[in-house]
Amino acid sequence: MNIVVGVKVVPDTAAQVRVEDGKVTWGEAPLVLNPWDEFAVEAALQAKEKFGGQVTVISMGDEAALEALRRALAMGCQQAIRIYDEPLAQADVLATAQVLSAAIRKLNPDLVIFGRQAIDGDTASTPAAVAQVLGWPFVGLVTAFRGFDEGSKTLEVVRTLDEAKQTLRVPLPAVLTIAKEFAEPRYPSFIGIRKASRAKIPVWNLAELGLEVHPPRVTWPEVMQPPQREVVCQFIEGETPREIARKLVDKLIEEKVL
Amino acid sequence: MSKHVAVVVDHFQGQAPGATWEPFTPARDLAQALGGQVVAVVLAADGQALAQEAKARGADRVLLVEHPSLADYRTGLYGKALAALAQEHDIAVWLFPATTRGKELAAWLAAALGVGLLPDVFEVALADGKVTARRPVYAGKVWARVEAPLPAVVTTRVRSFEAPEPQAVDAAGIEKVDLALEESPVQVVGYEKPEAEGPRLTEARIIVSGGRGVANAPQVPEPCAGISDPKEREKCIAQEGFKMLGELAKALGGALGASRAAVDAGYISYDHQVGQTGKVVSPDLYMAFGISGAIQHQAGMRTSKIIVAINKDPEAPIFKIAHYGIVGDLWEIAPAILEELRERGLVKT
Ligand SMILES: Cc1cc2nc3c(=O)[nH]c(=O)nc-3n(C[C@H](O)[C@H](O)[C@H](O)COP(=O)(O)OP(=O)(O)OC[C@H]3O[C@@H](n4cnc5c(N)ncnc54)[C@H](O)[C@@H]3O)c2cc1C
Ligand SMILES: Nc1ncnc2c1ncn2[C@@H]1O[C@H](COP(=O)(O)O)[C@@H](O)[C@H]1O
Repeated sequence: MNIVVGVKVVPDTAAQVRVEDGKVTWGEAPLVLNPWDEFAVEAALQAKEKFGGQVTVISMGDEAALEALRRALAMGCQQAIRIYDEPLAQADVLATAQVLSAAIRKLNPDLVIFGRQAIDGDTASTPAAVAQVLGWPFVGLVTAFRGFDEGSKTLEVVRTLDEAKQTLRVPLPAVLTIAKEFAEPRYPSFIGIRKASRAKIPVWNLAELGLEVHPPRVTWPEVMQPPQREVVCQFIEGETPREIARKLVDKLIEEKVL
Repeated sequence: MSKHVAVVVDHFQGQAPGATWEPFTPARDLAQALGGQVVAVVLAADGQALAQEAKARGADRVLLVEHPSLADYRTGLYGKALAALAQEHDIAVWLFPATTRGKELAAWLAAALGVGLLPDVFEVALADGKVTARRPVYAGKVWARVEAPLPAVVTTRVRSFEAPEPQAVDAAGIEKVDLALEESPVQVVGYEKPEAEGPRLTEARIIVSGGRGVANAPQVPEPCAGISDPKEREKCIAQEGFKMLGELAKALGGALGASRAAVDAGYISYDHQVGQTGKVVSPDLYMAFGISGAIQHQAGMRTSKIIVAINKDPEAPIFKIAHYGIVGDLWEIAPAILEELRERGLVKT
């Protein structure tokens, strides 16, 4: 089973992200593999271990994307490809989906795996859009692979909906996203890190993909600092827990939340 | 120029989560600005009740597509039905609630129509023939204004718009639409439903949450006393603690949340995790017991209307965003709050 996993590089979750001179900045904070994509890489590696084949990790982005690609290689992916071109700096979900789909077609995999959401734009939209462009089935938030039927090339998966877990049979090729319950992502091994640091990572541009992208439909004319919550914590004290509880309940009634 | 506003009704086997009706509020304003109508779209095996409720929530018309295969949500199947409706109807803005299904379908539909997608917005309007909206990015550390020309697809952030109160209306305006739907290649084998108790985390008005501190009891609770393995004992204590917090949540008619540390330690299941890699919630009241308030936890709860923090450590970062703070032991404070609620007859049943 040949698998493509799509990843993105993002500022670390602990970064102090803010707006300066009308631009988003995260200071010196490191860029890392998007945390949700660690689960996607883990799932791709497990699929390979269970069903055979190899895992290619792809990312559309400038050179910063190499950080995410190398991390995925260190975790155990066999091959990495970066996709980039000047006009893609402003790509919206639609353009991203078209570019990723063209790269995926070229790689011709059986299975495409993405993370749930990139924690920069927080759009959680690219994977379903890619599935639509490819015309392949889409299943979001997969928590487990149940089995693979070689004959019909059908993968049985469990996915989470808010109300229930749903077990589905999905004919391949298909596009999936992975939920956190799938499994803890593995740590890169020492050998993996060494291999990844030496790996040559090719860059595909738009000409190579035979693609032109439209100017983005969606624009971000302005980013802003959310209003500071002017909260000064009011500490509640008392002689006994009951007295504290009584005062708290009074406050919550006053605030109309009880 | 297209001028109507479609709201796609989100449901699970005919049951609509509360967030389903929230987009009807901005839909009304957008339709007014466009001089068009609010058109609800119901895709279901049996959608009469949903169609009625959509009318009651302010839809001028309802497009009701009923087909046995629509009993089970599949993204492509539902998406193709919506794309077919888009061919026939003059829709300027497609609205979905930003629920799991809503987000998937919105992305799929935007790609199918080749139009702009504005996900998870808390504010949306029209200006100069464009949809203009605001949404949180970087886990809410930044807000972005985002714009797309018409037609466009928008998902509304859960609990950011107040759903219109249902009005008594007749069934006029419910139109059955026949679509030639192909069977989905994705087959449903079955479902596993959790024993749901109380409201869902993302919809709850009140959330009682616990962190690693729940494992730290001044006295070992009875059921854990005999356990000699320290790790197992700690887990047992924490599970007892979450039982206690669960009772408090239930008494308040709320839901039970947790930090990632509590989930990773196996004290409680992942469904309860609040934060950047858990659920993003915005209740009226969020009570954090034994949670330090790491930035990744804050990302999931900082927009709550009132935050109460109970922590032994007066320096815990959670107090920086809390409206009310109690420096104390959660094992004493939580039962005291429960007793106080009981005595004052404030317990929801
Ligand atoms: C990529 C990434 C994603 C993450 N995503 C999330 C996420 O989605 N959600 C999340 O929550 N975290 C997330 N984290 C983890 C986060 O950084 C913190 O580690 C975690 O939130 C800490 O949980 P905690 O507050 O329960 O534990 P701690 O930080 O250990 O805090 C426990 C608190 O309990 C208090 N305490 C102890 N005993 C008592 C007592 N008896 N009574 C009262 N107070 C007591 C202590 O004073 C302390 O403040 C993420 C981290 C990373 C790197
Ligand atoms: N530029 C990209 N290159 C490769 N994969 C991406 C890219 N952007 C998003 N993805 C994938 O799509 C998922 C959802 O991203 P998003 O829609 O941006 O929230 C991520 O977790 C990635 O797996």
